[in-house]
Amino acid sequence: MKYFPFVWATLWRKKARTIFTLLSIVVAFLLFGVLETVDYAFAHPSTGVSGASLLITINKYSITLQLPFADEQQIRSVPGVAEVTWLTWFGAYYQEPKNFVFALPIDIDSYFNLHKGDFVYSDADLQAFRNSRDGAMVNAALMKKYGWKVGDRIPLHSTIWTQKNASLDWNVVIVGSFDAKDPTQAGQQASTLLFHYELFDEGRSFGKGSVGWFEERVEDPGQSAAISNRIDALFANSSNETKTQPAKEFALAFIKQLGDIGFILRAILGAVFFTLLFLTGNTMMQSVRERIPELAVLKTLGFSDARVLGLVFAEAFVLCAFGALLGLALSFAALPIIKQGLQGVDLSARALLPGIGVAVLLALIVGLPPALRAMRLNIVDALAGKH
Amino acid sequence: MFKQLIAITVMNLQTLPQRLGASSVIVIGIAGVVAVLVSVLAMAAGFHHTLADSGRADRAIILRGGSDAELNSNLTREDIDVISSAAGLAKDAGGKALLSNELVTVANLPKLDTGTDANVTLRGVGLKLVEVRPELKIVAGRLFKPAVRELIAGAGAAKQFRGLTVGSMLHLRNAEWLVCGIFTSNGDVHESELFADVDTVGSSIERTGYSSAIALLESAAVFSSFKDALTTDPRLKVDVEREPEYYAAQSKDLTRTINIVGNSVAIIMAIGAMFGALNSMYTAVAARSVEIATLRAIGFGGLPVLLSVMIEALVLALIGGSLGAALAWFFFNGHSVSTLGAAFAQVVFQLAVTRTLIVTGIVWACLIGLLGGFFPALRAARLPVAEALRAS
Repeated sequence: MKYFPFVWATLWRKKARTIFTLLSIVVAFLLFGVLETVDYAFAHPSTGVSGASLLITINKYSITLQLPFADEQQIRSVPGVAEVTWLTWFGAYYQEPKNFVFALPIDIDSYFNLHKGDFVYSDADLQAFRNSRDGAMVNAALMKKYGWKVGDRIPLHSTIWTQKNASLDWNVVIVGSFDAKDPTQAGQQASTLLFHYELFDEGRSFGKGSVGWFEERVEDPGQSAAISNRIDALFANSSNETKTQPAKEFALAFIKQLGDIGFILRAILGAVFFTLLFLTGNTMMQSVRERIPELAVLKTLGFSDARVLGLVFAEAFVLCAFGALLGLALSFAALPIIKQGLQGVDLSARALLPGIGVAVLLALIVGLPPALRAMRLNIVDALAGKH
Repeated sequence: MFKQLIAITVMNLQTLPQRLGASSVIVIGIAGVVAVLVSVLAMAAGFHHTLADSGRADRAIILRGGSDAELNSNLTREDIDVISSAAGLAKDAGGKALLSNELVTVANLPKLDTGTDANVTLRGVGLKLVEVRPELKIVAGRLFKPAVRELIAGAGAAKQFRGLTVGSMLHLRNAEWLVCGIFTSNGDVHESELFADVDTVGSSIERTGYSSAIALLESAAVFSSFKDALTTDPRLKVDVEREPEYYAAQSKDLTRTINIVGNSVAIIMAIGAMFGALNSMYTAVAARSVEIATLRAIGFGGLPVLLSVMIEALVLALIGGSLGAALAWFFFNGHSVSTLGAAFAQVVFQLAVTRTLIVTGIVWACLIGLLGGFFPALRAARLPVAEALRAS
């Protein structure tokens, strides 16, 4: 530690150079932090409080194909299934296509039985919801976004479901609100609106008695695989075969269909760090070259080869560590901005941890060659300017 | 002054090989930025091209009113009958309307690269398929026959999914299908799909009715009257769109997202590369301070010195930019990837490193070079002559 002031002083002998190198390291780690967080979010989809014991049953061929409502009774009778609910993609927007609303027609009893752990709400609101026919419970953030109040009648435009009068506009009345219990779910729930399945099923002009997917809670998450198989076996060789999987796997499979996001992000990071490596390595080499006579003086004064190696390496390490921490801190500060851009994706600061390892690796690669060069320096040649 | 500028610039550039290390920092730094920028934007361009090349101006797609994608749409047999008698439709020699009633659904097939199942569009098409879609070419095998479970696969799908070869059997939606041909259609979105007879598809998924109707018109000009005739018909509630417009709208969201991501990453990288350029150019100026001072002492002006340093930075930036664009082109141009399209099925597209993108990349490179060269150039021009000469 006693050499720290010395290392610090040598780092700043050319202020402009050190600042520019430092800034480019900061920039690289800012990108690293941002891209890693996004990658982590896609690789670890949040499924909320009830996620671990939640199974999702969809049509074997596609989430876009419906399943018969009658399957519910059969799924309920499968041993190990504690609760079943049924949901349908309603595809709604409010006023304009860009105002997406995740409107879900639900069966209140079974849905809240399954998901009550995911929401914070008042019993009075839930009771009002139960007592209504065209009522809706809405995420508090969504209400704030459009300035909705309890009692407002909201027209939802569905891009799929027509009513008997051929209209695509459905009206619901807001009777209460809820919040996400788990803050990491806040993004995903930010556009959720719950309304009655009965209103939806009675109103639609086609597809009556069909549902989009089922969700089940299992008593013992350890049995998820066996229970999934039992459910799928019920409908094997029927015209509506099913595919049941834990909520997390379902989310991962969906993300995989979007494309290899991880590969794209890693390729970008690869290019960034290769560029950075070259830049910082060059600066370090240059700085050592300029100081060869000084290093020779140190050796003449009795500094061992190992100590000189350590001093030069310490410079690289301090530079990389300082830049990396600054960059990661900046990307941490940028998380709220990215969150706005990527609605429904939950970001966790945990993804920043590998950045520290990368910083150490970077320091090793750019610091070692000049440090070795300094170590091997021959005093006589160096002082004579023959190097 | 112009003569002075040329003299200094030539001299600077001639000494470049002696400063290879520092100069290559600029070249490689900028190459990195441009390579990333061009590759990411090539994804957006490729996806946009695939969808924008789909369809013809004289062809219309008819969907149930309010459903903005085929997947959400539903037309009955009666609807099709009404539509096929509308004025403006092209007719075949026998006087039959050139209308393809289509049913779009999804099937699962394992992807070649990952082995995991992904969704592929299975499109039931009407008997008038070949007349309605003249761009469709069977490149291997033959067309499917009606009323039997045979299908033809798009060339793009055949490259992404396992089992799409002529003569192989596929297990799709609970039934065995024979792959009897492979088709191309101008590299458009349909090359990611499987085509089969519409009624065979309908019966195998137990669905009556259709998703959409594709109409070939007498000419592109009759579109408005054709559209008005259908939308004002009290028996119908449909949306009618020109095909190119329908597909262009589908590519808008993803193209925009990729462009935003690509540009933001490139801006951040460009800032990093600019610091690198500043560093190298300051070093270059410092290393040559005696030389520059000597030039000033024998009468060279400040401006030629300033410009010569900026030209050097610009030349290095141009080399870096071209290198980056070349790398992106070499590794990614024509590279096939797929993503989830509007029909919740895979759309295969190829990364397109277009001329516009290469120009964009090189413009970025020049901007980084100019910004990174300006301040060092300013220092070079302001160098106090006497002091710099003494420093040696």
